Amino acid sequence: MDWFRSDREKQTVLATACVVPEPSRCVQCGICSFHCPVEIDVRRHVWRGEPVIDSHCLTCGECVKRCPRGLLRFEAISATRFERPDSRAL
Amino acid sequence: MARRYVLIGTGPASISAAETIRSLDADASIVAVGAERYGYYSRPGLAYFLAKEIDERGLFPVARHEFARLRIEFVNERASRIDPAAHVVTLEDGRQLPYDRLLIATGSWAIPVDVPGADLDGVTKLDDMHDAHDLIRRSGKAKAAVVVGGGITALEIVEGLCARKVTVHYLMRKDRFWGNVLSESESSIVEEGLRARGVRIHHFTEFAQVVGRDGKVAAVQTRDGETIPCDLVAVAIGVLPQKALAEAAGLPCGRGVLVDEHLRTSDPDIFAAGDIAEVADPVTGRGTVEVLWNSAVVKGRVAGHNMASEHVIAYDPGAPLNVTRLAGFKITIMGTVGTGKDSDVQGIVRGDSETWRESGDASVVETQIGDAHVRLALGERTIVGAVVMGDQALSFPLQELIAARADAPGLVADLKAPGAPVAELIERFWRDWKVSSA
Repeated sequence: MDWFRSDREKQTVLATACVVPEPSRCVQCGICSFHCPVEIDVRRHVWRGEPVIDSHCLTCGECVKRCPRGLLRFEAISATRFERPDSRAL
Repeated sequence: MARRYVLIGTGPASISAAETIRSLDADASIVAVGAERYGYYSRPGLAYFLAKEIDERGLFPVARHEFARLRIEFVNERASRIDPAAHVVTLEDGRQLPYDRLLIATGSWAIPVDVPGADLDGVTKLDDMHDAHDLIRRSGKAKAAVVVGGGITALEIVEGLCARKVTVHYLMRKDRFWGNVLSESESSIVEEGLRARGVRIHHFTEFAQVVGRDGKVAAVQTRDGETIPCDLVAVAIGVLPQKALAEAAGLPCGRGVLVDEHLRTSDPDIFAAGDIAEVADPVTGRGTVEVLWNSAVVKGRVAGHNMASEHVIAYDPGAPLNVTRLAGFKITIMGTVGTGKDSDVQGIVRGDSETWRESGDASVVETQIGDAHVRLALGERTIVGAVVMGDQALSFPLQELIAARADAPGLVADLKAPGAPVAELIERFWRDWKVSSA
């Protein structure tokens, strides 16, 4: 059940979205990265509080579905809003 | 000369502090000290390792070379003494680490059970990676296990052993699971989920002794004289912040190491973060302990910032939150939702906050909405806490409203009305509130 999204909105999101985390819910268990079929380190994105903006991402939803804490979701966002990570960050 | 930072502990508080320090001080020497030979890994992830959902390698969020890139040095040794006057940490092997700024992030460890037979081979816990290996090894041969305790860790063990085909007896002293955080309905949902997995729940059952044979666990005897044959006994009755090192250094301690909102101890060069930090409320002065991963990360960032910068920032506990999975149900607990004590637990458990049990005279609205079981604790003008089980859609707006202490007397009044459309009311208020607070 998803009370907050219409079907049209959901289809738009799936076509244009990327995976967005809610970092305060993450315990770095790694299940998201473990299940990514193209080995994107989703967990690291969550640690940094960044959306998964990665050209390899298939938007297959494995990480979203598998996260035991439900902190990942698809959302349409602009990639230009996010800068490259600081080299002094993990 | 480059400033020297020593961090005692290698958990999330230390790691986030180290990262923050490096972002503020490119030349600093940063040394993290810990007796844990596995270093930094996801302690909450051990539950999924035990339940065969992830392999061991997946539990390590950061590769060694990445720490090297940030020039964070690890010393795998126990810190045995802090000399605040000399600014030196002494390690168990005699090495001495001088510091300019020190972080104590020693975490918390399981309280051992005090019953006859507790020292028998086969009495276990789930504190760290070593324990997870031990449980996995023993579960390969064990036919039956008895789990004692409460909160998240007890259930992690129960579910992990079930996944490994061990028959599990779960003993509770009273009538239900985690009675000072969950409502009767929520406990009932969890317990039904456990029974569906084949767990044998024993209410009103107190653990009296472990019976051994040839030095190994053979059974558990209850206070009522019942004998439950088993090969394994797992205990999760709570954790204690590891404050001995700080106490010996003369730092004021309560349940943890006492720190102000900047996470500074009574010594201006010593900070504390993570489970060990008992953070004083700047208004009431009352200290709070949290054993939560995200709180540890945030505290580490605040402490790291204040250790490295002259411009201090305050730790805002907001609304303590944890999302976990109990008997297969996702559950988010936030704000103040319960009260009193849980007789299965001493003090605090992992994944727990003392704040959760301060709901006092809050009004309660509990309802089922589609696949979600929702409970709200309502103050006069704010939603002070919530528990969302199952579908988590409503937990995200609730998280924001509770953390921001959003002033909502109209919403609160509407939610209290019999048969109120809870989800719609919250969604509508949240959307308007987002716009007005943007």
